[in-house]
Amino acid sequence: MTFWKRFSSNRGAVIGLILLIAVILIALLAPVIYPGGPWKMVQRPFLVPFTTDGFPLGTDTLGRDVTAGLVHGARVSLLVGLVSTLMALLIGVPLGALAGFYGGYVDEGAMRFTEFFQTIPNFALAIVLVAILQPTLGSITLAIAIVSWPPVARLVRAEVMSLKRREFVEAAHLAGLSNMRILVSEVLPNAVSPIIVMASLMVATAILLESSLSFLGLGDPNIMSWGYMIGAARTVIRSAWWLSFFPGVAILITVLALNLIGEGLNDAFNPHLRKGRT
Amino acid sequence: MKFLKTTTFLIAAGLAQPLIAQEAGGRLDIVVQPEPPSLMLGLVQNGPTQLVAGDIYESLLRYNTDLEPQPSLAKSWEVSEDGLTYTFQLQEGVTWHDGEPFTAEDVVFSADVFLRETHARLRSSLAYVDTIEAPDDTTVVFTLKTPFGPFINAFEVGTMPMIPKHLYEGTDFANNEMNATPIGTGPFKFESWEKGSFIHLVKNEDYYLENKPYLDEIYYRVIPDAASRAVAFETGEVDVLPGGSVENWDVPRLTEMDNTCSTSKGWEFFAPHAWMWLNNREGPTSDVRFRQAVMYAMDRDFVRDVVWNGFGTVATGPVSSKTNFYSDDVTIYDHDPDKARALLDEMGYDGEPVRILPLPYGETWQRWAEAVRQNLQEVGIEVEIDSTDVAGWNEKTAQWDYDMAFTYLYQYGDPALGTSRNYVEAQIEKGSPWNNVEGYRNPELDLKWEAAATSASAEERQELYNEIQKEIVDDVPVAWLLEIEFPTIHNCNVQDLVTTAIGVNDGLRDAWIKQ
Repeated sequence: MTFWKRFSSNRGAVIGLILLIAVILIALLAPVIYPGGPWKMVQRPFLVPFTTDGFPLGTDTLGRDVTAGLVHGARVSLLVGLVSTLMALLIGVPLGALAGFYGGYVDEGAMRFTEFFQTIPNFALAIVLVAILQPTLGSITLAIAIVSWPPVARLVRAEVMSLKRREFVEAAHLAGLSNMRILVSEVLPNAVSPIIVMASLMVATAILLESSLSFLGLGDPNIMSWGYMIGAARTVIRSAWWLSFFPGVAILITVLALNLIGEGLNDAFNPHLRKGRT
Repeated sequence: MKFLKTTTFLIAAGLAQPLIAQEAGGRLDIVVQPEPPSLMLGLVQNGPTQLVAGDIYESLLRYNTDLEPQPSLAKSWEVSEDGLTYTFQLQEGVTWHDGEPFTAEDVVFSADVFLRETHARLRSSLAYVDTIEAPDDTTVVFTLKTPFGPFINAFEVGTMPMIPKHLYEGTDFANNEMNATPIGTGPFKFESWEKGSFIHLVKNEDYYLENKPYLDEIYYRVIPDAASRAVAFETGEVDVLPGGSVENWDVPRLTEMDNTCSTSKGWEFFAPHAWMWLNNREGPTSDVRFRQAVMYAMDRDFVRDVVWNGFGTVATGPVSSKTNFYSDDVTIYDHDPDKARALLDEMGYDGEPVRILPLPYGETWQRWAEAVRQNLQEVGIEVEIDSTDVAGWNEKTAQWDYDMAFTYLYQYGDPALGTSRNYVEAQIEKGSPWNNVEGYRNPELDLKWEAAATSASAEERQELYNEIQKEIVDDVPVAWLLEIEFPTIHNCNVQDLVTTAIGVNDGLRDAWIKQ
């Protein structure tokens, strides 16, 4: 209860949460609202928004409903964001935890490996991976996960290193618990809050990455996503601004919501920090 | 009174004609997209190379927009009654850009030695040629083994460019260092090439036609992004956008600008013909009813109007209506989803998914694939779009790893040059995206294709091609889509830009700028 209180005292976080829930609801209800799918050519092309009943946001270059595209695109963006973040956590958390807990050669090895990924610019690596693997929803998610785990590993390593010298860990050692048990049941649970905060921001980054890839034409051609909509509208931006504007707004709102939530979670987990700031 | 007005107008127009004299001088900026790999037209014949090299090199003939031969390096020519001997009289006083005289020996060297080795498309026409001889400096005689009707179309600059014998004889053609500084007989000389930026050509002062060319210099500008090319034209930085250099969606906006002209002429010789390869070997596409269903399912008029902005003509069959020997006496496939569904039911289509491979040439082609996918899904065909880059597209079509693949190919004015290669069994061979990629086999038609190519009589050829078109359209070896038109957009001050069937590719010999 106190956690929720602390979270809800941050007004931005609450707004973010409401926005995100709305986006999730829209994504879940997409097949109900637009059962025909987003690709159906339903009206004449280049209908201007707010001029035709039933097509509030107009139609695109082939006469497809922009609203249907946005609604179905929300599914892809959220799915890619969540799944790739989960995958990144699955790689980053164990690696960082082992490196931080055991130190020495393990740490050296794990961190050099992490640096290897960190030295390559995220987006460039993602482009290369998707191009090699052929763009499908799966390969895009995987590529985003592969470029996003290094910061997680770094964060977890730092947390574990500071936690492992605490008294309760020493006590666990004295009590004769195995290293693995100490790491999993004593150390990691105490490192969860920064990981959650980071994860919420990573979802936002992943959505942006997916949109950027689709914008460049490296999206899955069979799946409607916000980035694809903007990329396809780029060539007509001078004559049909709404085709790139509305998907852009959708990305903005979703990413903003996730960032606000991340901020709120951070405040809720670290009440001391917050007092110091305000 | 009205009559009077009309006549005065006519008289005025008649008088005005000679008054509009071509003005000499000026510089022209043209977009070339993408940057050509080389300007040596004897070695490389892709679009951008020919666009630039068409100013530098020439061939014996040019063709007007009705595909009738016109003089170029040959001032006159004669075809014998039996269709076996082609005699060309060359222009006099022609020199190469380095000052050496151009003679009949150069023609013999170019056709018989150089291009026979380097030019696959010409080589298949040269297979019909017995000897090429130069009885004197200005006469060339081609003697054929059998009549070959389309041979008169083989003297276009991209098909048979004249190569200087004195620079290439006895050398390794592909690695000759002169390839970097091409020498031709054309109206413009190669001056410099700033890679990634521009190619600079200057006027050939010693050109054999009096007063020509009119322009002083030409800059072919390399601008990699389509939107930037459109902007370059809007700001006046470039004067000419050759066909296909901006996205279709930009065309209406650009042509509506002041002092902007556009023409869809200049593509009659190439007559780019778009279709989808349908894999005749395996999967649902191996069933002729499925292929017919695809034809009925597609709304090709919609694509023409929406994706191509109304440019182009819906294709009726393998031969373009701009090419010689076209026939419209064939089954017409209108947009008829019910008929498509009926055909699918009849064959018992089980929902096996098919893949569509779009051409990776930009947004237009991507949208086109999406429209086709939607059309096919509406009649119950499961469709997925494969995404790929240019290398991947080449690889997949060359290795037959596709169900339906978009493509477009040139027709070169005659079905025997540009059409039969996609449908005869002898042309089934892995490794090329230009031959019978779909794997269509029809031995009976093969004989007719061959007979039509080697007949000396135009009437007989027409008759054979009519039969071929009628039959093949029912078989739907490929799904014909559109006769593509690429409008050439230019500043209206640029005059006589497109005068032949290959348009700006034929060089800017006649172009001039109204001051």
